[in-house]
Amino acid sequence: MNLEQLSLFDLSLAALLVAALGLVQLLMGLGLLRSLAIGSVRMTVQLLLVGLVLKTLFETANLGWVSLMALIMLALAGYEVTARQKRPIKGWQGYGIGLLSMGVTAAAITLFALIIIIAPNPWYTPQYAIPLLGMILGNTMTGIGLALNHLTQTAWSARIKIEARLLLGQTAQQATAELRMEALRAGLIPTLNMLAAAGLISLPGMMTGQILAGAAPMDAVRYQILIMFLITAANGFGALLAVHLGTRRLFDERARLRLDRLTTR
Amino acid sequence: MLFEVQNVATRFSAPISFSLDAGEVLTVFGASGSGKSQMLRALADLSPHEGAVFLEGINQATLRPEQWRRKVGYVPAESGWWADLVGAHFHTRPPADWLAALSLPPELLDAPVERLSSGERQRLAVLRALTIEPRVLLLDEPTANLDDLNAQALTALVLNYVQSHQAAAVWVSHNRDERSRLGARSIEMPSGSTPLPAQGTPA
Repeated sequence: MNLEQLSLFDLSLAALLVAALGLVQLLMGLGLLRSLAIGSVRMTVQLLLVGLVLKTLFETANLGWVSLMALIMLALAGYEVTARQKRPIKGWQGYGIGLLSMGVTAAAITLFALIIIIAPNPWYTPQYAIPLLGMILGNTMTGIGLALNHLTQTAWSARIKIEARLLLGQTAQQATAELRMEALRAGLIPTLNMLAAAGLISLPGMMTGQILAGAAPMDAVRYQILIMFLITAANGFGALLAVHLGTRRLFDERARLRLDRLTTR
Repeated sequence: MLFEVQNVATRFSAPISFSLDAGEVLTVFGASGSGKSQMLRALADLSPHEGAVFLEGINQATLRPEQWRRKVGYVPAESGWWADLVGAHFHTRPPADWLAALSLPPELLDAPVERLSSGERQRLAVLRALTIEPRVLLLDEPTANLDDLNAQALTALVLNYVQSHQAAAVWVSHNRDERSRLGARSIEMPSGSTPLPAQGTPA
């Protein structure tokens, strides 16, 4: 079975719907026309470019290029983690903590899935490697970002409480025990929601895509279950590492709460 | 010599030096913004600082921070309460006579923190620090929210603790009457060239 081809005309018809929406917005005097137009054009250009990149990547199927693509994806995701925080840790450490915790877990779990579970030949076959890494990074990025955001924001607002505990002789770890738990929870909530909603409220995108492309539903479901486990593990371990490193950075060697290491915005 | 402070300076306070014998109380006064609280934070090793602090000859930098803070107990002007119930903040239950001396009913320990008045918080914060039995007590305007009767009771309790434990106290107070009532040695916080604090929370 093969995918029904979409012609340029088909896409234009779909774009016409958005154009109609824009027209209605304009008539109603809502100023969203510009954002709609820019967003639509941007999305189209980005996806076409990615399509081109993937096309070349798939044709060459070279480990070096696949690795380069993976590194670029990782670097962009690391930037997003920092960008989504209200009071990120200052300087390269802030970016580094997000990047390291995401990189280590996403890489380890993607490699595990590629080499041991799926085992395509060769193991770095880009049709498997790139979408897999993309899905794992996309989710861990959100989870780690939320966990770090919770950690730094709460530390900022709870300074007096944390310092009161330090003053009574608690260590930095003891004084932040609840805070670290809550930060982890904040990072894992989207994943837990995803697990609960899978199949009932939302049909996961990858599974839908495979079914559209002609895969048997049960095969697609198995892949989706695999991805869900990988995402959950990557997200959980990534958030654990990020909260650990983030907490270490919040305190100095004399267990002083160093809020001056956070960005003020 | 129990406690020795040598040229301790922070980003927000000028260098200061003094020393305390066992059983001694030192009051510190000075213009607001001269960094009295910042100096106390440095003595408790809660803020980065220059200079050196010694407790019974032991350098602050050589003790683990949590050990130091148990021996040099700092009660900030604003006390922090992280758990729901008052009692959860106490390492050990304070002795009944301490509670009675400060007119605090023992049931208060089982009450939610939310229900405490600012004066009760202040007295309980001092008690909380005393139950750890520090060698040196650093107090930042501990009677600011108290009426005269409670202020005197708190003063008496602290003086009694310092005497009976042969401890020492550094007491920041801008109230001249209180300083004379304490009858202790008094120093003025050096103003020096203190830069204005940056926006947000000082480090």
